[in-house]
Amino acid sequence: MNKMETMIGAKALMTAMEKEGVKQVFGLPGGANLPMYDEFARCDIRHILARHEQSASHMADGFGRVSRKPGVCFATSGPGATNILTGIATAQADSSPMIAVTGQVPVAMIGKDAFQESDIIGMANPVVKYAFQPRTASEVPMAVRKGFYIAETGRPGPVLIDIPKDVQQNEAEMVFPEEFQISGYHPWTDPDMVAVEKAIEMLLHAEKPVILAGGGAIISSAFAELQSIAETLMLPVVTTFKGKGAFPENHPLCLGPIGMHGHAEANRIMTEADCVLAIGTRFSDRSVGTFEDFEKRLKIIHMDVDPAEIGKNQTAQLAVVGDVRVNLRIMVKLLLQKAIKKTDESPWIKHVRETRSYWKENLKLHPGEMGAAKILRKLRELLPKESIVTTEVGQHQMWASLFYDVIQPGTFFSSTGLGTMGWGFPAAIGAKVARPDVPVVDIAGDGSFAMTENSLATAVLEDIPVIVFVLNNSTLGMVAQWQRTFYDRRMIGVDQQSCPDYVKLAESYGAQGLRAQSMDELDKAIKTALSSDVATVIDIPIDPEEDVLPFVAPGTSLADMILPS
Amino acid sequence: MWSILSLLVENKPGILFKVTHLFRSRNFNIDSISVGITDNPDFSRMTITTYGDEKQVAQIVKQLDKMIDTIEVKQLDEHKTLFRELSIFKIKLSNANDSMEVNKIANAYGGQIHNVKKDSIMVELTATPEQTSAFEELVKPFGIVDVARTGVAALQRSES
Repeated sequence: MNKMETMIGAKALMTAMEKEGVKQVFGLPGGANLPMYDEFARCDIRHILARHEQSASHMADGFGRVSRKPGVCFATSGPGATNILTGIATAQADSSPMIAVTGQVPVAMIGKDAFQESDIIGMANPVVKYAFQPRTASEVPMAVRKGFYIAETGRPGPVLIDIPKDVQQNEAEMVFPEEFQISGYHPWTDPDMVAVEKAIEMLLHAEKPVILAGGGAIISSAFAELQSIAETLMLPVVTTFKGKGAFPENHPLCLGPIGMHGHAEANRIMTEADCVLAIGTRFSDRSVGTFEDFEKRLKIIHMDVDPAEIGKNQTAQLAVVGDVRVNLRIMVKLLLQKAIKKTDESPWIKHVRETRSYWKENLKLHPGEMGAAKILRKLRELLPKESIVTTEVGQHQMWASLFYDVIQPGTFFSSTGLGTMGWGFPAAIGAKVARPDVPVVDIAGDGSFAMTENSLATAVLEDIPVIVFVLNNSTLGMVAQWQRTFYDRRMIGVDQQSCPDYVKLAESYGAQGLRAQSMDELDKAIKTALSSDVATVIDIPIDPEEDVLPFVAPGTSLADMILPS
Repeated sequence: MWSILSLLVENKPGILFKVTHLFRSRNFNIDSISVGITDNPDFSRMTITTYGDEKQVAQIVKQLDKMIDTIEVKQLDEHKTLFRELSIFKIKLSNANDSMEVNKIANAYGGQIHNVKKDSIMVELTATPEQTSAFEELVKPFGIVDVARTGVAALQRSES
């Protein structure tokens, strides 16, 4: 029997979070969450002030992805809650563990259109893994306990806890439960030995097998298993964009991400393959192009923790449901037991190697000194391999996918599912809080950075020195590229005209602002940023006309790549 | 393909909203839905009839199963299931014979007569949706003033 203690709901919230190991909360206070905020005065949890609730949620998201423990964000009711919604939806789309705690108007005022009332439970329903709204103070500890459990187990996701103000203020006898039961939630499944054995058979009998690693491989940290299987069976590895860096991108078997802006070699090999071991992927349209073309002539072995992903976008010949790391471990073990080890060069793997080296050498790049590829390769060259990189959303993000090689698995994060502009910078702040020991860089574009640039205040005042690496083409570049490609160069609503001046902007926040207009300047700027202990913005003017290529147009197949001419 | 889904769900506020929201956001269809209490006060039973091809229905079942508030989701085999729908018809009476005619049809379908007035009559029917629709066709010529159908309730029959 757990000991009972009398306290108010807000204190119970903080106590329960401390029991979950929470060390910091990213948030913004307001009328309806003041009782929770008051508790920061009496507990060891650090509060990190964001300047917008959306940023607070992305910080929690970045923290969660890097630490694999739920990041926590706080917002007040009404607009605070609706602002945080974008961050919740982003976390849901990318299966990121998060706890969002919102204040709500007092229970008796719910439904009365009270000041700063929003039905956040109703609004958030389709984009949360689960939501709680404790109606009495005594329900708070259980909501927190279950919330953390749901957020971090199985396929991770965001959990919303919406707490009416009177529930925060009221006293109750609190029990902090260790044990609990959720009847309809069973995230753990036993490893599927039979299916794994079949998967090995299918891979051995395939002529042109390939591994497709998705985000699930990163979430479950299946790096060692993945590499062992690829090397043992001599399987080329492609990834989804979310799976980028599940496998070292300098490995000779690695071809990089497939998809709309996938690597040419990855898209080529993926379309030629006859059997795929797909690990933790939902086969998003951005990764596979048209669903019908992708699954044609392809035997799919689909490993995923979420049974609802099996057969949703692609028909699998074989499903292996469960934590992918657990099942991959079984596969490694079986391969060892059966003493299966491919060493000789098959015609397929020879072809893979040729394709890889052909495209590594022959993909046409921007001819200028400050082309995206050169800039990102310079960044790669100077960043220690354990550095964590986040990205914003847009052209720079896809250039990062193409030209920034992830060497150490699990060090690259992006808003890949929802594609939320403004995600990268606050997520980098959250990532740096999780890993203060490594450099954290947000690869940004000027358009996307503009959406949450006021997080510079958080980075400076809270002493979280991240680097924002802005490929600045003064344009909403990805939209501009589509307008150039599909709308006959009618450029509408994309010109940002170098406004603001990001060096001055950084300086106005007390951050370091550097501009790099040549490779020499870039080299210096990156080194300066890495050696300073204050948040730094590196502004890198680039050609507004540079396109991201290769490009698989929406609604077409991976075979129809548009290549640089 | 017409399918009957039987869901055992947590008996908590907002669950019906979540289930119907899932259908809407995943682009599935609800043909009918009925919700009621069970012998266990913690759970309610939802019976949903839906249509879609085999792949779609399989996906609906998986998505419903994934919901944390659903305890159990079953796609019922029509041939091994007892399913009934309650409906109430208000039918127009135009002449003296109509009342008798409606009575006859209602009898054939096991319907009960209620609220007989000079110009209208009410029939309560418990039947399969198919039978109910057939009944509706037969009484249409008289003029249907109003219909209320509950959607089906269903349970799998025991095997032996």
